[in-house]
Amino acid sequence: MSTSDNQSLRVLVAKVGLDGHDRGVKVVARLLRDAGIEVIYTGLFQTPETVAAAAVDEDVDVVGLSMLSGAHMTLAPLVVQAIRARGADIPVVIGGIVPNHDLEELKAAGIAEILGPGAPASEVVEAVRRAAAGTSKV
Amino acid sequence: MTNPRKQWQEAFDASPIRHDKFQTMSGIPLEPIYGPEGGEFPGVYPYTRGPYASMYRSKLWTMRLFAGFGTAIDTNQRFKDILQSGGDGLSTAFDMPTLMGLDSDDPMSLGEVGRCGVAIDTLADMRDLFADIDLGGITTSMTINSPAAVLLAMFVVQAENAGVPRVKLGGTLQNDILKEYQAQKEFVFPPRQSMRLVRDTVAFTAAEMPRWNSISISGYHIREAGSTAAEELAFTLANGFAYVELARQAGLPVDAFAPRLSFFFNAHIDFFEEIAKYRAARRIWARWLSQRYGATSERSMQLRFHTQTAGVSLTAQQPEVNIVRTAIEALASVLGGTQSLHTNSMDEALALPTERSARIALRTQQVIAHETNVTHVADPLGGSYYVEALTDQIEQMAEEIFAKIDEMGGGSMLEGCIVGIDENWFQGRIADSAYELERAFNRGERTIVGVSKFLEGNDEDQMETLRITHADEQKQRQRLASVKQDRNDSAVLDALDRLAKDAVDPEVNLMPALIDASQVYATVGEMMNTMAGVFGRHIEVPTI
Repeated sequence: MSTSDNQSLRVLVAKVGLDGHDRGVKVVARLLRDAGIEVIYTGLFQTPETVAAAAVDEDVDVVGLSMLSGAHMTLAPLVVQAIRARGADIPVVIGGIVPNHDLEELKAAGIAEILGPGAPASEVVEAVRRAAAGTSKV
Repeated sequence: MTNPRKQWQEAFDASPIRHDKFQTMSGIPLEPIYGPEGGEFPGVYPYTRGPYASMYRSKLWTMRLFAGFGTAIDTNQRFKDILQSGGDGLSTAFDMPTLMGLDSDDPMSLGEVGRCGVAIDTLADMRDLFADIDLGGITTSMTINSPAAVLLAMFVVQAENAGVPRVKLGGTLQNDILKEYQAQKEFVFPPRQSMRLVRDTVAFTAAEMPRWNSISISGYHIREAGSTAAEELAFTLANGFAYVELARQAGLPVDAFAPRLSFFFNAHIDFFEEIAKYRAARRIWARWLSQRYGATSERSMQLRFHTQTAGVSLTAQQPEVNIVRTAIEALASVLGGTQSLHTNSMDEALALPTERSARIALRTQQVIAHETNVTHVADPLGGSYYVEALTDQIEQMAEEIFAKIDEMGGGSMLEGCIVGIDENWFQGRIADSAYELERAFNRGERTIVGVSKFLEGNDEDQMETLRITHADEQKQRQRLASVKQDRNDSAVLDALDRLAKDAVDPEVNLMPALIDASQVYATVGEMMNTMAGVFGRHIEVPTI
């Protein structure tokens, strides 16, 4: 797949866990659409299992997790594991409130990209493209 | 109608006044209010300029810092620190499982226990949370919505076990379920079933807890979710009207409960618009309560509010700059006449605040209160051509939104709010406004210091933030297991049976059953699941 072509990209954006704050996930979903990316939104209160199942069923190129409640260290690695347990290798991107001291461990757990608060649309789209192309920094 | 100035003077003369010198630094003596004879006055209908005649000359706002993390023992320590540093009210932040009515050992709670608030499972945690704190001597606010009735029941039991009768308890339950469906999305039961619980808490507190604010009708979350200032104001007041109609339907006279309704607004960074919003809010509430709902008590018409500075305005980049943003926002709320204020800490775009950053946030309020002299004169911006025009415009925008909601409800604001939720009308408008704001930022039309411009310093090392470990989650699960082991299981089952029976009959008030269940250490999750068995659960259809 050509990664310079947004038209061919499919992204699942998800809220995993109990955090209902959905401003970010909705804004990012619309911004990705504006960039020509196809977006599917899971809705609230998903588990790592339901996200992985949806990602595989929908055959997406990237999974985007919006995480604001501090549960990222527990839940994000579980999403990666659940996807791999299904024999898939779909990259996972996190956006939200993630302190710097967690970045290394999240990368080691297989998270492709981490976007902090204030990331402009262009940066979000770039991160999704890199993740899809497998060119994210480890 | 008596002359407004005379009315104000009489009310002012009857008010206790703080011991302070009301003059400028160079000695100019200050009047408590400035304005023309025939104009509006604070403490006089429609209260645009303040709910009370003497405002901060009688009493400064309550410096109420929102806190909660980890286990009840951790948060109890932070509460004591806040009270020792001069904070004068407590405000409890609960963790996500508690907000969603789940126990710490529920599979869905994995990774969320004690993360963004304190974990409360049973009365034992409530006892630890308020250990060595005199609940009769301070006021306590609890930010809880879907399980609000459950946590109120536990709080009453804890206080009475500690020797403070419920009539002496002062504080506020957030208990604003409508904005959960509209904005914050921490819902459990379907809207109409949730409203029955709200009715039960309002009726219970009106009868038995005269010092308790039964609902804190909250615009804060609506704004944080992305609405404009006018939408925040209009949706919040519309929800307020809905609760008034709900309580009237239950047979409560408006003047019996309206004085115990309070509001909670955001203080965002658009300084004058925020001040205009608070002024318009007071005027609209007074007019609607008097004209549409027939209130005759002044207390019913006087809108009182808590404010929190805008979490969304904080940046992860150069976080010290957030102290400045917070100070400006806090000043807007004080010039707008807030009764209570929470100032965010500089590190909150990164994590929960450290003790140090929370102290600086409190100091920010103390500087405004004690150094700037802005408290000497009520509504100091009243009469400004600009602020008066903005106040009128925001009021007009809100009235247009009320008309739409009233129409959706066929002449009922209560129905209008529920229909608007069912049809995704509120949620859609909020998401549209959030998207518009983000697009303006991406087009370069909105500057955010340290994010879109003035980036020097962004590569400095990130400040040390509070860490909550997985060990805290383990500790809380063990705590719950040991409480469950020590309690009388058959008493719990009996209490839950009664709760289920009471829930089936919509005429029964559920508070007595919840109090009895709390007393025998039923968990939050057990009580909520019991009610969900009768009420069902709300599921939101995902939309982008």
